Amino acid sequence: MSTREEILKTIEKNSRIDVHELSVLLGAEEIEVANELKALEEEGVICGYHTMIDWSKTSIEKVNALIEVKVTPTRGLGFDSIAERIYKYPEVTSVYLMSGGFDLMVILEGKSLQEVAGFVNNKLATLDTVLSTATHFILKKYKDHGTILTKKYEDTREIITP
Amino acid sequence: MRNPIGKKVVDIKPSGIRKFFDIVQETEGAISLGVGEPDFDTPWHIRDEGIYSLEKGRTFYTSNSGLKELRQEISNYIKRTQNVEYDPLKEIFVTVGGSEAIDLALRAMVDAGDEVLIPQPSYVSYEPCAILADAVPVTIELKEENQFRLTAEEVLEKVTDKTKILVLPFPNNPTGAVMTKEDLEAIAKVVIEKDLFVISDEIYGELTYSGEHVSIVSIPGMKERTILINGFSKAYAMTGWRLGYACGPEIIMKQMIKIHQFAIMCAPTTSQYAAVEALRNGDDDVKMMREQYNQRRRYLLNEFERIGLTCFEPFGAFYVFPSIKKFGMSSDEFCTRLLKEEKLAVVPGTAFGDCGEGYIRISYAYSLDNLKAAMERLERFISKL
Repeated sequence: MSTREEILKTIEKNSRIDVHELSVLLGAEEIEVANELKALEEEGVICGYHTMIDWSKTSIEKVNALIEVKVTPTRGLGFDSIAERIYKYPEVTSVYLMSGGFDLMVILEGKSLQEVAGFVNNKLATLDTVLSTATHFILKKYKDHGTILTKKYEDTREIITP
Repeated sequence: MRNPIGKKVVDIKPSGIRKFFDIVQETEGAISLGVGEPDFDTPWHIRDEGIYSLEKGRTFYTSNSGLKELRQEISNYIKRTQNVEYDPLKEIFVTVGGSEAIDLALRAMVDAGDEVLIPQPSYVSYEPCAILADAVPVTIELKEENQFRLTAEEVLEKVTDKTKILVLPFPNNPTGAVMTKEDLEAIAKVVIEKDLFVISDEIYGELTYSGEHVSIVSIPGMKERTILINGFSKAYAMTGWRLGYACGPEIIMKQMIKIHQFAIMCAPTTSQYAAVEALRNGDDDVKMMREQYNQRRRYLLNEFERIGLTCFEPFGAFYVFPSIKKFGMSSDEFCTRLLKEEKLAVVPGTAFGDCGEGYIRISYAYSLDNLKAAMERLERFISKL
């Protein structure tokens, strides 16, 4: 495996790791890791360093919805221009082009049910190219970004074994 | 009342680990780096197959040798990793962990008085199993200056006309040492020359961090005189499923299966179905776990250097075996004080043979966060010495 791939696999799970520690874990030179990280950022392979937060454990209210959107692709630009019109709204957290029964999957974060409903009604459904929308509210997150949110790891092994 | 206990058993020393375990259990808030099993759960698709087999009512004995499809998968696995062919019907059988296979191999092959060469430090069961089989265990002391690898000279030094078996415990618990192809070729030469047999315990074979694991059976002339022992515990994080296997010449397998059939009947059926899935679709899981262990291995070696603990670089299993000789105390004393003063549990090297004196075994089958917390304690302890 290349250093590049190893760096990505490791920081995908722990973006807070510093260059020194990363180089120790990978058995690589610190300068090599630093250069590679810089290159990955410049090439847009690394797009950001985010924190995974389980908002449901805080007092801050958040509502997440998945919206299936059917659209009419525009001549010459396909789905890209309509996707752009949608992803520019800050309340939209993700937009994916999908295969299958609908075209765009829009993931939305709002403060309340009303706010999300308002967005769909006023902003999304009114776009010329949007044919239909189906909104699904997320009730509970069990696992997100490969991390199980509902259970903590517990070491149940014996304390000492041969 | 007469003495209900047989003399042979009484004379066997209890495992040094057991003694230490009792002390650790009484220490509240202790962090342990003393565990000899993976910290990962068995991959879900493997567990799911076990559950599915139960749902389908696969709750009966299997044949004594184990499920035919499992033996076929084991055969395929050895072929693809070592390029050695074993007949799944005659040369492979499934056991209750690698430990059963060790016991059976010794019992099937030795007569009273035969000598069994056991390199140490090594896993705790070879010596007692040899004694229970009425053999005479002969220790070969592995040396740090050889990175705890076994050399042909060391074997030759201990061979007598009574020597019958050489136990080959690599990748090694507790040292983490691995044998290269060249090392094994030198050993094979002596084994053939002196007409010995080898019990090769390769339970940590998948956990090798310096290229691919080489089995001694891949060296010409060695398949005929080797019992290859492996299992699912370490590679697939399946310790609790108790499943291993032995491969070797039909003439030996027949006798081992005979004992197995009287003592055990067959390995657990559920585990066998899960193991088929492990061998068919578990390569990615093994790779993922190996990468994680390797990162932790590097982390620990780097920490040792930083805090001034001497350690040779091990390339196998999930243990490091640093030397504590410079602190002027025994392994036992070091570990007991470390536990008492910093509440950190590691295993004294002496639990794996007298020549483990001056060393401690640290397991890295723990999360990095756990290891970091432990290294803080170790550093603080050492700085006070």
